[in-house]
Amino acid sequence: MQSRANGKQRPNSPNIQIYRPQLTSVLSIANRASGIVLSLGAVGLVFWLVAAANGPEAYTYTQLLLASSPGQIGLLLFVFAFFFHLCGGLRHLAWDAGLGFDLAAIYRSGWAVVAASALLTALSWLVSLVMRS
Amino acid sequence: MKDGARHWLWERATALALIPLTIWFLASIIAHSSSGYGEFVAWLTNPLSMVLMVLLLAALFYHIALGFQVVVDDYVHSARKPLVLMAVRLGCLALAAVGCIAVVYTAFD
Repeated sequence: MQSRANGKQRPNSPNIQIYRPQLTSVLSIANRASGIVLSLGAVGLVFWLVAAANGPEAYTYTQLLLASSPGQIGLLLFVFAFFFHLCGGLRHLAWDAGLGFDLAAIYRSGWAVVAASALLTALSWLVSLVMRS
Repeated sequence: MKDGARHWLWERATALALIPLTIWFLASIIAHSSSGYGEFVAWLTNPLSMVLMVLLLAALFYHIALGFQVVVDDYVHSARKPLVLMAVRLGCLALAAVGCIAVVYTAFD
């Protein structure tokens, strides 16, 4: 990306594409990406509430949409993005409180976020399947 | 309070509020995985659910507006930036309002 400083085309710093991806940088951008995905989910939440307000037919139609294969894949993505953003957010709140700043702790909490969001997604999906059967 | 400090504080305040609110919401819809429209409406329109849903919508869309502001700050470097920010804020306000009205409408329909 180029910016116009002093009327000239100058490169922006840092040129992130020259860096090797690391857990820290990948989780940082993934936290933002999951937030953006979740805001789309929030639009879906409003759509769903409006459908409920419109009565049984509109509500049943959205339920059918959610139960379809693309709907289920979308829901799974939203649930994972939710747990990822939640766990990543808790990690950020801990940092704001001044906790867990040494490099070893940062890597431990980073992998914990990855593992916890995967586990919680699988667990909630399983519970939902049990509730439906 | 300076604008930056206010942004930082509200981003965290809404994040803290969203921890119980989103977990409540997810747990509730999982519990209603097999519910039909009647059961769903009965759940949504009990007073506690309505209050929590309105609080969820308020905290959620405020958090989204604050989060998008940072994304816009990072990536939009044109004269249109104030317009983009205004669109983000108005969009979030409108979505939160529509969601709240839908909840109230469902209850009194």
